[in-house]
Amino acid sequence: MDKPTNHKAWFLVLPVLVLVAFSAVIPLMTVVNYSVQDTFGNNRFFWAGLEWFEEMLRSERMWNALGRQLIFSATILAIEVPLGIFVALNMPKRGVWASVCLVLMSLPLLIPFNVVGTIWQIFGRVDIGLLGYTLDRLGINYNYTQNAVDAWITVIVMDVWHWTSLVALLCYAGLQSIPDAYYQAAKIDQASRWKVFRYIELPKMAGVLMIAVLLRFMDSFMIYTEPFVVTGGGPGNATTFLSINLVKMALGQFDLGPAAAFSIMYFLVILLISWVFYTVMTNLDRKGG
Amino acid sequence: MPDATIAQPRRSLALPRVNTSAVVMTLYLLFLMLPIYWLVNMSLKTNSEILGGFSLWPQEPTLRNYRVILTDASWYMGYVNSLIYVCMNTVLSVVVALPAAYAFSRYRFMGDKHLFFWLLTNRMAPPAVFALPFFQLYSSVGLFDTHIAVALAHCLFNVPLAVWILEGFMRGVPKEIDETAYIDGYSFPRFFVKIFMPLIASGIGVAAFFCFMFSWVELLLSRTLTSVNAKPIAATMTRTVSASGLDWGVLAAAGVLTIVPGALVIYFVRNYIAKGFALGRV
Amino acid sequence: MARITLDKLAHSYLPAPKSDADWALKEMTHVWEDGAAYALLGPSGCGKSTLLNIISGLLAPSQGRILFDDADMTHAPTTARNIAQVFQFPVVYDTMSVRDNLAFPLRNRGRDPAYIAERVQAIARMIGMEDQLDRKARGLTADAKQKISLGRGMVRRDVNAILFDEPLTVIDPHMKWELRTQLKSLHREFGHTMIYVTHDQTEALTFADRVVVMHDGRVVQIGTPEELFETPEHTFVGYFIGSPGMNVLPARVEGTRAYIEGAEVELAHGYPALSGKVEIGVRPEFARLSATEGLPVRIRRVEDVGRHKIVRAEFFSHEINIIAREEDRIGADQTRVRFDPDRVNVYADDWRVSGEAA
Repeated sequence: MDKPTNHKAWFLVLPVLVLVAFSAVIPLMTVVNYSVQDTFGNNRFFWAGLEWFEEMLRSERMWNALGRQLIFSATILAIEVPLGIFVALNMPKRGVWASVCLVLMSLPLLIPFNVVGTIWQIFGRVDIGLLGYTLDRLGINYNYTQNAVDAWITVIVMDVWHWTSLVALLCYAGLQSIPDAYYQAAKIDQASRWKVFRYIELPKMAGVLMIAVLLRFMDSFMIYTEPFVVTGGGPGNATTFLSINLVKMALGQFDLGPAAAFSIMYFLVILLISWVFYTVMTNLDRKGG
Repeated sequence: MPDATIAQPRRSLALPRVNTSAVVMTLYLLFLMLPIYWLVNMSLKTNSEILGGFSLWPQEPTLRNYRVILTDASWYMGYVNSLIYVCMNTVLSVVVALPAAYAFSRYRFMGDKHLFFWLLTNRMAPPAVFALPFFQLYSSVGLFDTHIAVALAHCLFNVPLAVWILEGFMRGVPKEIDETAYIDGYSFPRFFVKIFMPLIASGIGVAAFFCFMFSWVELLLSRTLTSVNAKPIAATMTRTVSASGLDWGVLAAAGVLTIVPGALVIYFVRNYIAKGFALGRV
Repeated sequence: MARITLDKLAHSYLPAPKSDADWALKEMTHVWEDGAAYALLGPSGCGKSTLLNIISGLLAPSQGRILFDDADMTHAPTTARNIAQVFQFPVVYDTMSVRDNLAFPLRNRGRDPAYIAERVQAIARMIGMEDQLDRKARGLTADAKQKISLGRGMVRRDVNAILFDEPLTVIDPHMKWELRTQLKSLHREFGHTMIYVTHDQTEALTFADRVVVMHDGRVVQIGTPEELFETPEHTFVGYFIGSPGMNVLPARVEGTRAYIEGAEVELAHGYPALSGKVEIGVRPEFARLSATEGLPVRIRRVEDVGRHKIVRAEFFSHEINIIAREEDRIGADQTRVRFDPDRVNVYADDWRVSGEAA
């Protein structure tokens, strides 16, 4: 698109800039400030240079949290993206049932994070939860507070429950934009179901699918409340993801310096990965438009 | 053309026609609804029934748990607080995002691409990183435990999102409309409010919906920035842990009540959901 | 290739059609002869696309049968009918190259690669895209995409019929003419049955051997372009074909005379007593101005369109159009209109009544 150059447009952006600067830049400066200082309490700080960063890079705890985080994000993406596409393909295209599906599917998206945690905390309990009770009755030994594998499964199923609909709804929006003539032409060309998906549906979904992957990646990488409510990061540190680790450090132990250094690296990792996504996405946008 | 009218191939085998899509959707919706049903189920039971035995539906349905919440100010004020800061945040985010999105969709200016990406990075910022600095910042300017503090904090991720969504919708409006309006002698503010905003009304609705959603569901920041006066309902829920153990029934009822505003919002925007989730990019 | 028979076919989009208006397609019986080029002509919403989709099997008719030669295909899926169809808006597979797009219908049917390559080359030459075969289809202009769609429709040689659903809407005028000529020569060369849906009479009349005119879900006339012009079977055909359309005037008919607002018009044939709405129809081409004989009219204006002049006249409150030759002088004394008796058609309730020799 050929847009005219107009530097006065800055004035239109100014309110956003001021607001975001207040809510993002100032706090971020505080973090940077902490990350290079040490304190012995009483609000007295000393220059510590890159010491905290070095300490964090050597910290096994952080590497373990990062590892868990990557496995978690990769797992939920690997489940939610194909499942979301699959669900979108099976949704009714129009009529009352389409509305019913849309409303019911959106419901989990608007539940506060800690309530999501609470729901699954209850649902999985062996004594009062439907899931836990049923599994227990079936003779499956399931206990998410004791067993690390069970805790992981619970947290992942919870995330799939919570967010697959977002992927599905985005894909559904992409599918809705395909004119009927494409499906009719495919029938006449005798294309198989797979080819219809591969050459008609998938290309039309590519744009929104990128948004879905980006959103899901970012949000899963920052996940805090839901697993914290269910497992508290345990058993042990089995489900201590990056954010949980950070909050434990910053608000729990008040290790401000290491926490700040950790924050910055955490943010940079997200930024880097998101930048890659963003670049790929805008390239796709340009090719598509 | 409705699907039903498209000729179906005749099955050679005399199998009963099973609509696989319906089966898939039923199973998926069942998966989504069961945990919620369980919460509702529990909220209608007494604590002794919850802990005493296992039943798929309440044997002696009671509204006691809801009564506890709706008659206790420290409970229901949580809802009021949440709604106040969520609405403040939604209005604030959309209002500041509108002109900015217009600038991004219509003009090229110094540093526009970098600025846009920088805005998006804030959507990517983990709230956990900001929790402590926010606490200190708002404490130092005397905004701690106020609604506006939470509303401002949530702008961190909602403003970039609103800009992004609105920019997508605005790009779909032809530039000729702006030019015609200027030729007809409209000033910029009048054009923007009278002509342009009605054109992207659905986009504004979608942006507001998303701001509402993300502000409503967020807990980490809103809990960190409040203690009593502006405490959100989601944080109030932790109260049920008391010396006598968890009050499961009240906890479940409180949970159910947090789902209600979301469900209402969804019901009102149900016809725009599909388009809305594509963020104007389809 | 096959003869396609529609047997008492009708369709409604409603599950339980009650009144006549509920039927998008009213009951019809018609045979599409093997190897002929048909145009399906009518205004938007007259049911022509519905009919096309029923023939290609994208839509199941509410009643009646479709036969390909003698085989009942009413409920056969699209793939079993072996039909090609080109849609109004370009349908291309964006992520594939032009070559893969053209080869797609053949590959899906498992044809031999050498044969596919040969066909793709031939089609590419025909649509003039030989040098763009390895390009991705994404980003091509709308008319290039539509040419690919046309090419995909014609790449199979053994199809029973090729259906075109207003395929040239998005193509620019000069290209339209060229593509239509190509389709026509292709038809002559391979003899496919072709059904071409359009609302543009020029397109229909130049393309087809036989034109099927549809109006309000009903086939009102099937005929050669000449028949449609000379003896429109329905007043709608008169209006719709020709520019300007046929003059239709309410009349009273007695034997070999018609009376319009009391004025007498001579007919070439004799007619029995007619009931209902009676009208006479005369094409502007067969009306001429005269100083002495015919209906007295008031001339409102004269439009010179280059090859001829169109005279807009008024007789009582009825508009009468007359086509005069370029060299004809239109004088102030020429205030009467005379119709060629051989060319006057008589209609009762919109349908033509044939007369007996006078």
